[in-house]
Amino acid sequence: MMLLEMAAGGFADRVAVGPRDGGLTFAELFAGAGAVADRLRSGDAEHLVLADVSSEALPALLFGASWAGVPFVPLNYRLPDEELRTLASRVSPALAVTEPGTSGRLDGIAGIETVDRGVLPKALPETRPVEHDWRFDGDDVAVLLFTSGTTGTPKAAILRQRHLVAYILGSVEFGAAGEEEAALMSVPPYHVAGIAAILSNVYAGRRVLQLPTFEPGAWIDLVRTERVTNAMVVPTMLARIVEHLDAEGPDPTGLPSLRSLSYGGGRMPQPVIERALELLPDTRFVNAYGLTETSSTVALLGPDEHRDAIRSDDPAVRRRLSSAGRPLPGVEVSIRDESGAETPVGEPGDIWVRGEQVSGEYRDQGSKLTGDGWFPTNDGGWLDDDGYLFVTGRIDDVIVKGGQNISPGEIEGVLLRHPAVADVAAIGLLDHEWGERIVVAVVAITGAETSTEELCALVRRELRSNRMPDHVEFVDELPYNDTGKLLRRVLREQLAHLGDA
Amino acid sequence: MAELTPGSRWASQVCTTEVIVVRAPGGGIDLECGGSPMATPGEGDPNGSPDPASADGSQLGKRYVNDDDTLEILCTKPGDGSLGVGGTLLGLKEAKPLPASD
Repeated sequence: MMLLEMAAGGFADRVAVGPRDGGLTFAELFAGAGAVADRLRSGDAEHLVLADVSSEALPALLFGASWAGVPFVPLNYRLPDEELRTLASRVSPALAVTEPGTSGRLDGIAGIETVDRGVLPKALPETRPVEHDWRFDGDDVAVLLFTSGTTGTPKAAILRQRHLVAYILGSVEFGAAGEEEAALMSVPPYHVAGIAAILSNVYAGRRVLQLPTFEPGAWIDLVRTERVTNAMVVPTMLARIVEHLDAEGPDPTGLPSLRSLSYGGGRMPQPVIERALELLPDTRFVNAYGLTETSSTVALLGPDEHRDAIRSDDPAVRRRLSSAGRPLPGVEVSIRDESGAETPVGEPGDIWVRGEQVSGEYRDQGSKLTGDGWFPTNDGGWLDDDGYLFVTGRIDDVIVKGGQNISPGEIEGVLLRHPAVADVAAIGLLDHEWGERIVVAVVAITGAETSTEELCALVRRELRSNRMPDHVEFVDELPYNDTGKLLRRVLREQLAHLGDA
Repeated sequence: MAELTPGSRWASQVCTTEVIVVRAPGGGIDLECGGSPMATPGEGDPNGSPDPASADGSQLGKRYVNDDDTLEILCTKPGDGSLGVGGTLLGLKEAKPLPASD
């Protein structure tokens, strides 16, 4: 709330949310947050739930909850009704804001009062002075985010005020954006990057535009018509944007207004980022690595590092294009083996992080931080000589074949460099002799030729023979969730017949 | 002497400056603005103007730190007075700009 109050004080009449003409100003957003806070204080809700797409109401809801000292809980509105209702009941009593016409989805849950987004008051009544009657307590829970649950029951990650404020103060310069700047947000509000986008851009003084349902054509149109300068996408979105730009033909208009494009939230296929760099020569690319539990970004690969990497003849520098860059100034990264000892530079292990923005705490499960503040991300990775972080994937996804731990990311990274491979996933399936066998699902580029033998030979040449796939399955597409995470569990089910019974 | 807790807010008594404490060492510290002690917003007795020796002003959104970096405050409302502790002015914290990542 402090962040919004400063922005409202610094650039009251600037447009904060929505189109350049007719959007909400920072002063209006402040008044809208006050109205949300009043509404929360007049009832006994202990959480503010959102079961809605990204809308112009979202920033006022996020800040209004903070103003009233009530945690904000954005839910995945795409979940089936039953799962959505289970999550809402976990945070009862709550006020739940729903997409117009859908409040029935949350009707009849004890302690849940629903309100249609369309009938929310837009601002404080004229009679109420806009005064800061909020208090700042760093230990207050600001946001509860349910993890996507790709591996089981969703956990509720807790982000306290102090984590988010540390992240914003550590990574954003107040008022750094020019009045003409606009950021396009296309990740949903229940993704940590969606929350971080609102906080970062408000604090920078940058107008936020929202695309509630991603579609590459609509995204490109918005960038052009609203002269968007900054945007964040997940890798699957960038792949579709690149495809769309390519299809525009030999005389493309490009995206001249787009100064900065950041991506994260999953692994980026090398051909996609390389093509994006070619298609958008004036755009500065940023790769961000972060987790819900770390208040978004903890490491990033900056624009100059992208261009340096792609221009370099040195394989060690060129390889950095697939790295997550280096830790933010307030964040430390440590790679550790299973015993918890730090591994030598270049050796893979588990990624641990530490910093004031790192929460690592879950509702009902407590904190996963060690006594001295380190958080095990559950991602595997390694650091190169200059401290660049390479993320190889979730530790839970590791394939165990004949007692050897094999990271799928390592095999996928090699295969993604093959010119005929559009996308790939390596998984372990049951094998009576070896425990697990390595099965690789490959999406081939249309019209390109390759074979199982060729791909296996590539892995054998680049890695070790024990990394060689036992089976290559050519598929039409891989299963992803709507925020671009590969659903390995679903893929394992789809390909279960390739393992032993 | 007041105990400064992170998150506590302080208002200048001689100008419009307001700050919030980001980080503070234990023990009593008297924050000053324009050469005069700061107070909890709404509880002080604002009057007068900044001492000319402490009148370079405070800037909205800037962070101010003491010499050993144990105290950090964020300016939430700007004013004409300079921020200090025990007669010594606080320094402006220089942050290396980072590219926007979200």
